[in-house]
Amino acid sequence: MNKQKDATIPTIPFNALVSRWFGRNLIRIYAVLGFTYLFIPVLYTFAFSFNDSGKSNLVWKGFTLDNWKNPCGAPEVCTALGNSIKIGLLATIFSTILGTMIAFAIGRYAFKGRSSSNLLIFLPMATPEIVLGASLLSLFLVFHINPGFWPTVIAHVMFCISFVVVTVKARIASLDPRLEQAAMDLYANEFETFRRVTLPLVAPGIAGAALLAFSLSFDDFIITNFNSGTLKTFPEFVYTSAARGIPAQANVIGSAMFILALLIVIAAQFVGRRVKVSK
Amino acid sequence: MDRSFPEGRRQLVADVSSATHGDLRLTRISKSYGDFTAVNDLSLTIPEGSFFALLGPSGCGKTTTLRMIAGLEEPTVGSIHLGETDITTKRPYQRPINTVFQNYALFPHLTIFENIAFGLRRRGIKDVSEDVNKVLELVELPHLAQRKPTQLSGGQQQRIALARAIVNRPALLLLDEPLGALDLKLRRQMQIELKWIQREVGLTFVHVTHDQEEAMTMADTIAVMNEGEIEQMGSPADLYDNPGTAFVANFLGQSNLIKGRIEGSDGENLVVDLFGQKISMPKNRSHAVDSSIYAGIRPEKFRISLVGTPTRGNILTGGRIEDVSYIGVSTQYQVTMPWGQEVMVFEQNDDGVPPFDKGDEVVISWEPNFTFALRGDDDVEAGLEVNPEELDEE
Repeated sequence: MNKQKDATIPTIPFNALVSRWFGRNLIRIYAVLGFTYLFIPVLYTFAFSFNDSGKSNLVWKGFTLDNWKNPCGAPEVCTALGNSIKIGLLATIFSTILGTMIAFAIGRYAFKGRSSSNLLIFLPMATPEIVLGASLLSLFLVFHINPGFWPTVIAHVMFCISFVVVTVKARIASLDPRLEQAAMDLYANEFETFRRVTLPLVAPGIAGAALLAFSLSFDDFIITNFNSGTLKTFPEFVYTSAARGIPAQANVIGSAMFILALLIVIAAQFVGRRVKVSK
Repeated sequence: MDRSFPEGRRQLVADVSSATHGDLRLTRISKSYGDFTAVNDLSLTIPEGSFFALLGPSGCGKTTTLRMIAGLEEPTVGSIHLGETDITTKRPYQRPINTVFQNYALFPHLTIFENIAFGLRRRGIKDVSEDVNKVLELVELPHLAQRKPTQLSGGQQQRIALARAIVNRPALLLLDEPLGALDLKLRRQMQIELKWIQREVGLTFVHVTHDQEEAMTMADTIAVMNEGEIEQMGSPADLYDNPGTAFVANFLGQSNLIKGRIEGSDGENLVVDLFGQKISMPKNRSHAVDSSIYAGIRPEKFRISLVGTPTRGNILTGGRIEDVSYIGVSTQYQVTMPWGQEVMVFEQNDDGVPPFDKGDEVVISWEPNFTFALRGDDDVEAGLEVNPEELDEE
């Protein structure tokens, strides 16, 4: 074949180049806009945790590290945070244990009422929180239990269980029953099979469920507000102090929680990648 | 691949050989799920040291039988003995039996080393590394000890699943469609490999498969199962040459089954009438109960010749070639007989004679000793509808 050396290379019109550039970069532009929208409030919170604010943290008055050095500086902020963490941890432990057991029962065994319990598990997730909160309060009052720490824990366990069950059940469903049969075939009794094969394989699901439960509990305001009585959790503290100006320490704690959550996600990604590489 | 199996590897095999446990006996085993009977009154003795295959189509009860031997299912009635020990109701982990599962069931969260060591550790053996390394050498994958199962190819996983089972030196090794997920070439290779390991280790292998070729390649004894019962049991050659039922005749290879009637006997032979033409066959190859029979002849046992050419043995005249398929090593003919039936004839392309053409008038003949006779009330369609390739994903 002969090459036509003298043939000029036809140029592409400018507007075609522009539309090609957009075609290639549209998703990127969209992503940048999306993330900006998501992160502006977080950045705002983070920035204002360094505000030398005094009483009200609404106007920028100058940079300071005082708030980060002394996060418990504002009255009650750390008591509220402590309450939230305590309630969150207890709710996480109980709901994870109970929810995992329910997930195994529903996911692995055939029994009478299995499909109806499967359905009932979704009910707390579908019920409006305001209804749940109010009816729990009246339930406690009927039984002469005063609102406070333990009623709040019980309420949190109740709504966290559903999420734990759903998360763990999905993991169990993806577990090949032949693996457990293989373990039994290889001289592991029921308990050993559970400990050596079933539990390690379901563990990522349980860990995910526990994280979810903690963040749901830590974040909850509506149900908590009905059942906590005089006890104040962190969301309640933020809500009540909003009237007279949220102290910058709340921003510090919020930012710290965000960074912690981010680190956990990154760590999970890292572990996940290592698992994938080993695939 | 090198098939000579060096002496060093032979020694490794000798090291994992098991102590004697005795034969496996299934006595009048049945298994029902509600109204459905998966296994029906099955009795079976599997001699120690044999390579035994349970062969049958999907849903014939072969896997259920295997699971009952493993202890993953309990029989509804009947008993299972290993030597003198009754193991019918023992839990899987109480039996000296290990299984190579379909799709291998390797533990994804454990390394290859720990997968293989699993059974040893559960039995309280502290120093497992020597045994594990030995069996890894045996399956020729010692370099993969620290990998995870998902990093291995299908063929490698298959070998590891085998290693994980035989490292325990079980009295009985169960193989549940172990080669089903491998491609054809690898499957052939593993068939030879498995057979070799079985012979050298001296373990009793019970192999469940729907692939008749696989069963015939590997097993000493095959039990052909159909609808929860054993149709016939015997060596691969016995089953192929002298099938007892239409199901076996059709499931193992192809058969021509021609309706006929026993007219009388002539010494050791029976005289049989096939649509007016007389043939003879040995008496001891008849499974019929009365004079009504199906005469069976394998397609490759038929010879085909043009009308007028001399021929010998049993002869059927009046055939006309309906279709010719040339497939290299052989040519396959469909021949329409005077009574309207189409028979299959496979001719080796080894005599330099060019294939016959469609429409040729031919005579088919065969040695009387190759004839077998089935009951006249047998279902000639049995075992035909099963296409093993479609059953790969059960």
